[in-house]
Amino acid sequence: MTTDQTGTDRAARTEEITSGFPEAGPPRFDSIDAVRTGLASVDYLADDGIAGVVYLADRLAKPVLVEGPAGTGKTELAKSVARLTGSRLIRLQCYEGLDESKALYEWNYKKQLLRIQADSGQSWEQLEEDIFSEEFLLTRPLLEAIKSTEPVVLLIDEVDRVELETEALLLEILSEYQVSIPELGTVRARQIPLVFLTSNNTRELSEALKRRCLYLHIDYPQMERERAIIETRVPGISQSLADQVARIVRSIRTLDLKKAPSVSETLDWARTLVVLGVGSIDVEQARDTLHILLKYRSDIDRASKELAGLDTSG
Amino acid sequence: MLDLLTGFVAELRAAGIPVSLSEHLDAAETLKHVPLEDREAIKYTLGASLVKSSTHWPAYETAFEIYFSLRGPDHTIDGTEDEDGTGTDSDDEGAQTPGQGGRPGKGRGGGGGEGMTPEELADMLYKALLSANNSMIQAVARQAVSRYGGMEAGRPVGGTYYLYRTLRNLDLERVMERLVAQARQATSAENAEADHRGPDVTLTPLEERLLRDEYQARIDQLRKEIESEIRRRLVADRGSEALAKSIRKPLPEDIDVMHATRDELVALRKSLAPLSRKLAVRLARKRRHGRKGPLDFRSTVRHSLSTGGVPVEPRFRYPRPSKPEIIVIADISGSVASFARFTLHLVHAISSQFSKVRSFVFIDGIDEVTSYFEGVDDPAEAVHRINTEADVVWVDGHSDYGHALTVFWERWGEEITPRSSVLLLGDARNNYHASGSWVIKEIRARARHVYWLNPEPRAYWDSGDSIVGEYATYCDEVVECRTLRQLEHFVGELA
Repeated sequence: MTTDQTGTDRAARTEEITSGFPEAGPPRFDSIDAVRTGLASVDYLADDGIAGVVYLADRLAKPVLVEGPAGTGKTELAKSVARLTGSRLIRLQCYEGLDESKALYEWNYKKQLLRIQADSGQSWEQLEEDIFSEEFLLTRPLLEAIKSTEPVVLLIDEVDRVELETEALLLEILSEYQVSIPELGTVRARQIPLVFLTSNNTRELSEALKRRCLYLHIDYPQMERERAIIETRVPGISQSLADQVARIVRSIRTLDLKKAPSVSETLDWARTLVVLGVGSIDVEQARDTLHILLKYRSDIDRASKELAGLDTSG
Repeated sequence: MLDLLTGFVAELRAAGIPVSLSEHLDAAETLKHVPLEDREAIKYTLGASLVKSSTHWPAYETAFEIYFSLRGPDHTIDGTEDEDGTGTDSDDEGAQTPGQGGRPGKGRGGGGGEGMTPEELADMLYKALLSANNSMIQAVARQAVSRYGGMEAGRPVGGTYYLYRTLRNLDLERVMERLVAQARQATSAENAEADHRGPDVTLTPLEERLLRDEYQARIDQLRKEIESEIRRRLVADRGSEALAKSIRKPLPEDIDVMHATRDELVALRKSLAPLSRKLAVRLARKRRHGRKGPLDFRSTVRHSLSTGGVPVEPRFRYPRPSKPEIIVIADISGSVASFARFTLHLVHAISSQFSKVRSFVFIDGIDEVTSYFEGVDDPAEAVHRINTEADVVWVDGHSDYGHALTVFWERWGEEITPRSSVLLLGDARNNYHASGSWVIKEIRARARHVYWLNPEPRAYWDSGDSIVGEYATYCDEVVECRTLRQLEHFVGELA
C-alpha cells in the first residue's frame, strides 16, 4: 500500500487509509432468499448456487468470477443484479489487445497541450501540477466504477479474451478497489462496487485472478428451472408448450453434440414456436425449427434423426 | 466448525484441488455470513471460495458430502449395525417412513426388521419413479440399501461394491422398460377413448423418447440417492476422514485412462474438448510470441550505417517455426484402446499446430486411418469410425507388435522424412511374438524423433510379456502417459 504524499489537491480527495482491506458498505441483501426472490422479481431465476454466491459477494465485498458455457445467462446475471439494486451498470468488454488506456484511464494529451500553449507565464512546477490533475484525466470503465459515488455494478465481460499479462491490470482493482496513477496517487473506491467477471473458459485464468474472486459456475439449468425460465421470459407461452420445449431441449443436450443448445437459444426457439402459433410440437415442426436451437449442420442432422426415432439406441 | 473446515480443506488438497491459504481464509469468512443450518447454501458458498474450476466440482461435492454429511436422527439408522437389536430397528423404521404414505406397517410385517419384501420394494420403486415423488424416491433408496446393500460395519471399503449390489438387485433397466410400456398403454387407451381410432395408436417416437429421458432422469436421481445413502452410513460407521481417503474421486485430468470406469471415461471425453482447445490456443500464442529468430548479421550491419556504423538496433531473422510432421502409430487392442483413442483425438484436434498428421492403428495387422480425420470437423466421429472400419486384424486379433511394425516399414517406411516425429502408443505387451525392434531402429535412423508413449505405470514395464525395454533402446524417449495431464504435457512439449 502506498500513501500519496505529492500534490496539493490530494488531501481533499484521498480517504483515510485504515487497513489493506476496504470496508464494505451496508449490505445490499438481507439473506440468500432475499437475493433469490429479488432476482426473480427482475425475471432472473437463480438457483441455490447463484443466489448464494451473489449474497456472499455482497457480504465479503469480493468480485465474482462467473464461468460456464455460452448463453447460460452469465452476463444477464450482472445486468439483473444491477437492475435489482438500482445500480448503474458499467461494462468493460474484454478483447485481445485491451490495454491500460482503454480499461483504466488515459491522460487527455490534446487538452494538456492546449493548456501548456495557452498560458506560458507560469513556472514549470505549477504547470506540471496543473496538467496532471483530474481535469485532464479521461476515465475509462474501471476507474469510472471506482470513482462513482452512486452504487455501481461493474461487469468485466469475457475476461478470458485478454492476454495473460493484461489480466494483471485487474488485480489491484479487484482486491483493493483502488487504482494507482503514478502522477496523481491512488484513487480509492468511494463505494464498493459489485464486480462480475465472466469467462467462457477458452483458457485457464491465472491463479492470482482466481484467488481474488469467488467462483461461480453456471451450467445448463435443470429441466424444472429451464421450464420456469421459459415461462417467465417468453410472454404468451402455454404451460404445456413450455414443458415440451424444456423436455426436448434436455433430450437434445444428452446427445453428443458439438455445441449443446444454450438457454438463450432455447428461449429463441420457444419464442419462434409462439410466433408460429404452435400449440404442441410434433416431429415435423421440431425438425423444421431445429436450426434455431443448433448451429452446426452435423448437430442438426444428428438431433433430427434422434428425435424422429430413427436411431433409438443412442 | 473451524476444525472441521481445516480438515475439509486438507482433504480437498489431498484430492488434488489446489486451495491456497487466502482461499481458506475466505471460506472461514464465508461461514460468518451464511446461516449454518442451510446446508445447500453452505455447500455452494464454500465452493465459491474453495473451488475455482468446474472440473473440480465433483471431487469437491464428494468431499463435502462426507465432511458435512447429515447426521440427523433419520440418518444414523444403520440396518446392519442394528441387527442385534431388532426391536429398536422396527421402531425406528416406523418413525423413519412417515413420508411413504401408510406403507410402513406393511414394511415391518413383510421383512421382519429388514424392511420390505423384494416385491413390495419393487412395487414401491416403480410407483416412486412413476410419480416423481422426491421423498418417496429417498425412502426407496433407504430401503433398498438396507435390503440389498449387505453393508458390514468396520470394513475399510469405499462403498462401490455396496452400490453395485444394491443396483443389481433393483434391476433398474427392467423397471425402465416397465415404465415405458405402461406409458405406452396409457396413451393408447387415452387415444382410443378420445378419437375412437382403436387401441393401436401408440406414442410417437418423439414422445417416447421424451418419456424415456424423463424416466432416465428420475432413475439417475434414485441412483444418486442410493449412493449418498450408502455414503452416509459409511460415515456414521467409520467417520469422515477414514472414509474420505477411500472414496476420494480423482480429478478428470488425473484419472488413469487404462483403468477408467465408464462414467470416468465420459468425464474424460468431456474434458478432452476444452483441453485440446486450450492447448491449441497456448501453442499458437507461444508461436506468435516467439517473434525473434536468430540474429541477422547482414541486416544489422546494413542498418547500422544510418547510425554511423554503430549497431544500435540489432536485426533478427524472421523466425520460421518448424511445424513438425507427426506420425502416430497406435495399438488399439482391448487393453490400451481407450488411451489410443484419446491420444489420436488430441493430436488431431490440434493438428493445425503440425504441418501434417498421419495416423496408423494396429492390433496384429496395421492400417492407415489418416483419411478418416480428413474433412471431419469432429475428431470423435473419426475415432469412432476407426473402431468400426479399420482393418487391423491379421490372424487372431491379439497384439503383435513385430508383425505390425514390419508391415508398416514395408509399406510406409519410405515416407518417413527427417522432419517427422514418430509417436508409438502401446503397452508393448507383445504376447511373446517376435519384437521387430529393428524397425524402430530403422525408423530412428530416418526420423527426427521417435517417442514411445506407454499408458502403463512405470513399475509394470518389462514385466510379463511387456518388452518396452527392448524398444526403448531405439527411442529418443519412452514416456509414461497414464493420465490426460501427462498426455497434455507431452503433446504440449512436442509442438
